[in-house]
Amino acid sequence: MNRYLEKHFGKLWLGVTFLFLYLPLFFMIVFSFNSTRQDAVFTGFSLRWYEALMRDTKIVNGFWLSIKVATFAGVASAVLATFAAFVLVRYRRFSGRTLFSGMVNAPLVMPEVVIGLSLLLLMVGVQNAFGWPQRGMLTIVLGHTLLGMAYGMVVIQSRLLEMDRSIEEAAMDLGAKPLQVFFLITMPNILQAVFAAFLLAFTLSFDDVVIAEFLSGPGVNTLPQVIFGYARRGINPTIYAAATLLIVSVTLVVIGYSVWVARQTRRHEREIAAATRAEMAALQAG
Amino acid sequence: MAHQWVAPGRRFVIGVPFVWLIVFFLLPFLILLYISFVDMGNDISPFKPIWDSNTGLLKLKYENYWSIFRTGDGGALFQTIYIEAYVRSIWYALCTALLCLVIGYPFSYFIARAKPGVRPALLMMVMLPFWTSFLLRVYAWKGILADQGVLNQIFMGLGLINEPLQMLYTDVSMLVGMTYVYLPFMVLPLYANLVKLDPRLLEAAYDLGASPLGAFWLVTVPLSKAGIIAGFMLVFIPSVGEFVIPSLLGGPENIMIGRVVWDEMFSSNNWPRATALAVLMIGLIVVPLAIYYHYTGERE
Repeated sequence: MNRYLEKHFGKLWLGVTFLFLYLPLFFMIVFSFNSTRQDAVFTGFSLRWYEALMRDTKIVNGFWLSIKVATFAGVASAVLATFAAFVLVRYRRFSGRTLFSGMVNAPLVMPEVVIGLSLLLLMVGVQNAFGWPQRGMLTIVLGHTLLGMAYGMVVIQSRLLEMDRSIEEAAMDLGAKPLQVFFLITMPNILQAVFAAFLLAFTLSFDDVVIAEFLSGPGVNTLPQVIFGYARRGINPTIYAAATLLIVSVTLVVIGYSVWVARQTRRHEREIAAATRAEMAALQAG
Repeated sequence: MAHQWVAPGRRFVIGVPFVWLIVFFLLPFLILLYISFVDMGNDISPFKPIWDSNTGLLKLKYENYWSIFRTGDGGALFQTIYIEAYVRSIWYALCTALLCLVIGYPFSYFIARAKPGVRPALLMMVMLPFWTSFLLRVYAWKGILADQGVLNQIFMGLGLINEPLQMLYTDVSMLVGMTYVYLPFMVLPLYANLVKLDPRLLEAAYDLGASPLGAFWLVTVPLSKAGIIAGFMLVFIPSVGEFVIPSLLGGPENIMIGRVVWDEMFSSNNWPRATALAVLMIGLIVVPLAIYYHYTGERE
């Protein structure tokens, strides 16, 4: 009886919580197709908000700026995160290690407002001293890279920690130079994690409004900044249309990524199986 | 030891991220700290140098911090809008973490007890909204909770209420929005913890005469303490500094400290006070973190 209750209570709880998690997404998808501006009653199907979205130059420009910012920040984060994770995992002892690991991890817990404000103060100081750089795309990329690097580091660090060091040692014994070992052995092993770090940093950057609000200059507005501006003014179904397009693309990317990971894992397993078979055959022949 | 012979490479590998972090993390923070101790300037240079131009002596300006705690000289302590905003931020963050725990614990528990083949799909379903824009998901709640919004229409249609409930721009919308956004932060550590729970321990409890609820309270919950604490921290820390949710779903009554820092910086143009507020904001994060490390001993 109790098992029965637990099973059904469990299903109910999962169902209601998932409904809570997905309600806003369904809501935006449905009302992006509404024929009128109001968003409580569905008055009829129309694509007018998608048309309005395409004609809204602020949103379109913001979108391209966000894509650029997120790509640069994602690449820079992945590269720096690889460096930082490598340092933390492989170099157990060097002077300043405590400071280093503190600085890498701090952005994870720092309020975004504090990160944005302190970087703004740096940019203002540098600009007063050298007259460069203007606040704009570059400064936003720098801010997002600081955040993305911290998150990416966590992902790459855990992959590096579980990696089998003996393959690297074997390569070194066979005469590979450190750089060769890194690019031929280490990199392929952590590539999936580096890519995950890129995706994570890209998403963080594409989604961030607080740091961008602090670091952007006049006339430079990322997509979240444009949406934030609209959102504070009231209901605008154009935003629902933008949200629907985003939800669809994110879903596709997430599914695509998991298929890719599953395929990689299977290939990896096949290769190990093949290598094991070859070894067995060699042993038997010998 | 194997790396001794790659000293120059090693210096480069450490140097690149180290220098980057010093320039873009440590230096900005030191500037922040510096400005919080100087006098307010004028429109052209918003703050004065820390040394007195006549005497050449250093003078720290503690007034920026004092003015956060009391209004004017001899004013009542702790009755400023700043302290109110700090207290409100802590309050919202605590409520959010508790709500996430109440909803998230059974949720994670039932995912962990689901068939192993279904679990990855369920987790993916938790993560999927998390990957789509946070801002847009918060914005959607504005439409759902509005006076003429979907929820009020449904309630009135069902005859539960006669007049629209004011939910938007109140504690209700704030807590719905924050719980909604931070729920996955609670679910993931809890799930990771609960899925490792050995079912034989529960069976042993049943064999010794425990009721299912008793076994749950005496075995499952204590064993998942680490997950509960981790989830609590992961929700509390970002919620304290939340900026977007109070801006979209909160009214003037619901202002949190992040917004106050922003207003102080850009509306009042009082850089020294804005930075002093930001420094104290870090305190809101550091204190719970210190307690956390003290009890878990997870320090590196």
